[in-house]
Amino acid sequence: MWTIALRKVFSKKIPMICALIIITFVVIAALAQFFGFASAWDVPVGAQYLPPQLDGGFKMWLGTDILGRSVMFKVIQGTRVALSVGIVTAFLSAPIGIFFGCVSGYFGGLIDDLIIWFITTLSSIPNILLLIAISYSMGRGMTAVYIALTATSWISLARILRGEVIKHKQKEYLVAAESLGATHQKRIFKHLLPNVTHQIILSMTFMVEIAIRSEVLLSYLGLGVQNLPSWGKMIDDAKGELSTGVWWQLSAATVAMFFLMFSINVLGDYLRDALDPRGSV
Amino acid sequence: MWAYTIRRLMYSVPILFGVALVVFSLFHLVGGDPAQLLLGKHATAERVAVVRAELGLDQPLPVQFGNYLKEIVTFDFGKSYTTREEIRQKISDGFIPTLCLSVPAFFLTALLSLAIALVVSYFRGTWIDRVSVVFFVFLMSMPGLAYILFGQYVLASKLGLFPISGYGSGWGDRVHYLALPVLISVLLNLGSDIRFFRNSVIEEINQDYVRTARAKGLGEFLVYLKHVLKNSMIPVITYVVIQIPYLVLGSLLLESFFSIPGLGGMTVDAVNNSDFPMLKAMTTVISIIYILTTILTDVLYRLVDPRMSFGKRG
Repeated sequence: MWTIALRKVFSKKIPMICALIIITFVVIAALAQFFGFASAWDVPVGAQYLPPQLDGGFKMWLGTDILGRSVMFKVIQGTRVALSVGIVTAFLSAPIGIFFGCVSGYFGGLIDDLIIWFITTLSSIPNILLLIAISYSMGRGMTAVYIALTATSWISLARILRGEVIKHKQKEYLVAAESLGATHQKRIFKHLLPNVTHQIILSMTFMVEIAIRSEVLLSYLGLGVQNLPSWGKMIDDAKGELSTGVWWQLSAATVAMFFLMFSINVLGDYLRDALDPRGSV
Repeated sequence: MWAYTIRRLMYSVPILFGVALVVFSLFHLVGGDPAQLLLGKHATAERVAVVRAELGLDQPLPVQFGNYLKEIVTFDFGKSYTTREEIRQKISDGFIPTLCLSVPAFFLTALLSLAIALVVSYFRGTWIDRVSVVFFVFLMSMPGLAYILFGQYVLASKLGLFPISGYGSGWGDRVHYLALPVLISVLLNLGSDIRFFRNSVIEEINQDYVRTARAKGLGEFLVYLKHVLKNSMIPVITYVVIQIPYLVLGSLLLESFFSIPGLGGMTVDAVNNSDFPMLKAMTTVISIIYILTTILTDVLYRLVDPRMSFGKRG
């Protein structure tokens, strides 16, 4: 199923381009994270508010900010922040969502009631308020952002998986596995999970997108990343700059974020269509 | 119906208790000292102790939780730490401005995206459809803040079509000030709404009964109007209805950028000022209203759709 789906997706041009864009972002982020690319973002490279220019090299292409720092370097560091927020959130919340979703759907009964109560409670607090409350009480910073986003992201995956597991529980293959004496563990991990993997992957794509968007909002509220430039902070800085004619910082962050969001959205759509033939249009 | 409503209200009691527990543990257990957060890093120890006593934070935790539950039941959350106003008063003042922004924006978005989705799905498979789908994903992918900043800068401060920010007391003033935020809010949500509506209409077009209707010689337009439209409304209405509870909170960003004195803007202020009592009260009150609105919309939804029963698990 996977090979067919992936072949179906990547035989077309548009999803290929989107995948390439995402890979480019990931490579840039990885270079910044592990090889110190653009690490000199906080060193002034010229006068305050220089417009984008070709002379002066790569670091001047997007101009400078209020402290004369390179906007190009800041966008690159922002890419690193955005992707780490997205990826860390998705990989932290997926196991939690899988665990609660499977346990609750598979065992039912009192455990199910308790998990459902917990999930309903958390989703009764509007997402953004829960995000604010968690990152506020955790103290500002990257760790708080990770925890807040993880705490809010696993809920929808758990809900979807619970429904899927309940649906699959009555199917013949699981009944057969049970009659062959497979343990609960074996039935969940070997038989059930492979059948819902596509749901997990799609949810994770969605989580990455939501996480990156939420980071921008939290940064605007001053609850986001503290000592690194992020797209959210750059857009927030631009509030006062736009009226003085400084458009490059806002545009750079907006365009970078737009390309990433657009690629994730489109690729996610193609993946959904390929993995779930019923929903294709 | 009444039995259903009462049962839902009773179910919501453990949920409310859960919300209280989560909010309390976030603000009192997990975090650092709220008094310290409020005063900043450089406050003296004596000052922190005074504020702790003032906020009742020096009492044992069970007593604090008891006080908090009492606050919820009596709807008396004390005073805001920064403005010294009654929180109860502030919150009830915030409702109208928030709803004035969120309700018109909500209806406009729903109507406009439904109309566009119908047109687009009529042209499914042609270049019109393909180009517009790309355009809607484009709209969805723009960061929300960028819409607000560009909108405010270009339409209000450059072209002078709208006031830059503010809020009035009379209805005329309100329309004057809220036009731009409503417009931006519509643009913000249009992309994803149209895409969802289009997909649900097209999913219906591929059903067997549509083929039957075509086979018996019904014209494409009539098939559309009589069969497809009616059936595709079910997911559309569900999608619209689940957004209703969010209207109470409104948009944090829009309200704060356009200085609208609603609940969203208040939340932003509370965060900026580290106003601990205010933030806790806002989270609690909005969650409660959110739960109640969810019940209300569920009941109304069942009244409208006869297939949904008021039965036990329904």
